[in-house]
Amino acid sequence: MRWDWVRDHGDDILAATRQHVELTLLAVALGLVLSFPLGLAARRWRRSEGPILGLTGALFTIPSLALFALLVPFTGLSRTTAEIGLVSYTLLILVRNIVAGLDGVPDDVREAAHGMGYRPLGQLMRVELPLAVPVIVAGIRIATVTTIGLVTVTGLIGQGGLGAFIIEGINRDFRTPLVVGSVCSVALAVVADVALAAAARLVAPWSRP
Amino acid sequence: MVPPVSLPAEVVEWFTTAEHWRGDFGVPHRLTEHALMSFAALAAAIVIGLPVGIWLGHRGRGGAVAINLANVGRAVPSLAILALTQQAIGLSGWPGFGARPAFVALVALAVPPLVTNAYVGMREVDRDVVEAARGMGMTGTELLRRVELPIALPLIMAGVRTAAVQVVATATLAAVTAWGGLGRFIVDGFGQQDNAQIVAGALLVGLMALVTELTLARVQRAVVSEGLRAEKIRVDEALAAA
Repeated sequence: MRWDWVRDHGDDILAATRQHVELTLLAVALGLVLSFPLGLAARRWRRSEGPILGLTGALFTIPSLALFALLVPFTGLSRTTAEIGLVSYTLLILVRNIVAGLDGVPDDVREAAHGMGYRPLGQLMRVELPLAVPVIVAGIRIATVTTIGLVTVTGLIGQGGLGAFIIEGINRDFRTPLVVGSVCSVALAVVADVALAAAARLVAPWSRP
Repeated sequence: MVPPVSLPAEVVEWFTTAEHWRGDFGVPHRLTEHALMSFAALAAAIVIGLPVGIWLGHRGRGGAVAINLANVGRAVPSLAILALTQQAIGLSGWPGFGARPAFVALVALAVPPLVTNAYVGMREVDRDVVEAARGMGMTGTELLRRVELPIALPLIMAGVRTAAVQVVATATLAAVTAWGGLGRFIVDGFGQQDNAQIVAGALLVGLMALVTELTLARVQRAVVSEGLRAEKIRVDEALAAA
């Protein structure tokens, strides 16, 4: 380890960490925006559940490097390419947990809400979703940690946040940036996971870890 | 880069060029390399990971470690593991340049989901069923072999599928560090700005991952007891483990 390198690159490390966080936040946020309608559709029309999970599952199965490679001829070595790939990987995790979370709401509760006069939308927003929060947040946590790991791969298409250090370390056979990129990425994943768990307890105190 | 109108034709041309099918840099060689490496790494990870997960689950011990192992594995970027193993053990040596660190990295990445899923699968076995089996006079080994393992099999197989898909994907990334495999086409395509080669490589890798997943899904259907097949694993639990 060359600590002088770390000292000299303090600003770069900070900037890369910020980019890493931005790429991750945008991917998970877009993933959620897409997953909610998909998850609701899968529940509303049960016949669509198979195709929706099958398609998001197929996306999830395609190795990240291959997916980025397929996009590069069309969207270039850009942030767009990175985000399309990253969002694709969050979908399966988020949709599955949204469906599972809503499925986990007891029928008694649903009937009681119906009996109290809730319309379908009100019942979803004020009864079912709050009860599904723990399972949905579990999905968000897995999706976030997975995305933080995958962002490093986007370093190969000129993005990558902390992944750029890992790739610099590989290309120059120089251990210091490699270790810095790896350690910071893992630390980021741990912090994000813990923070999301804490946030879930805050917004939904009834959720059990 | 210019929007490639002619790209599909270029990709077809790439696939139909005889040169791309010959020798150590040809598709058959790279495909075999990728498949053999993935298979060997998965097999090694199964030999290491499944007994550990099954034993811990059977004894009901080490739960915190077994459950969190997959989470830890997820947090460590595969590219980092590949690069760090390469730094640690070097590139040269049998069975080829860069193969040894790639193999070690793949095994290291495949073990956590195997252990966690096996453990959760074993713990999910209904305690009443276990009590009934004991009441029938089954010994620990009989209980394990004839009751717990068959019931835990769907989740154990879910772990194998997760691990397999991850191994195929990470073997692709091993081309970034030094090794061959199908990722070579993508990485070299990036280096040469050859879109046809990039897309051809990506298609081969994607195909390989999908075939792996579908094959293992079939294996799972074949080995899981008929009575358990209808029972849908609760998705949140399966995913917590995945």
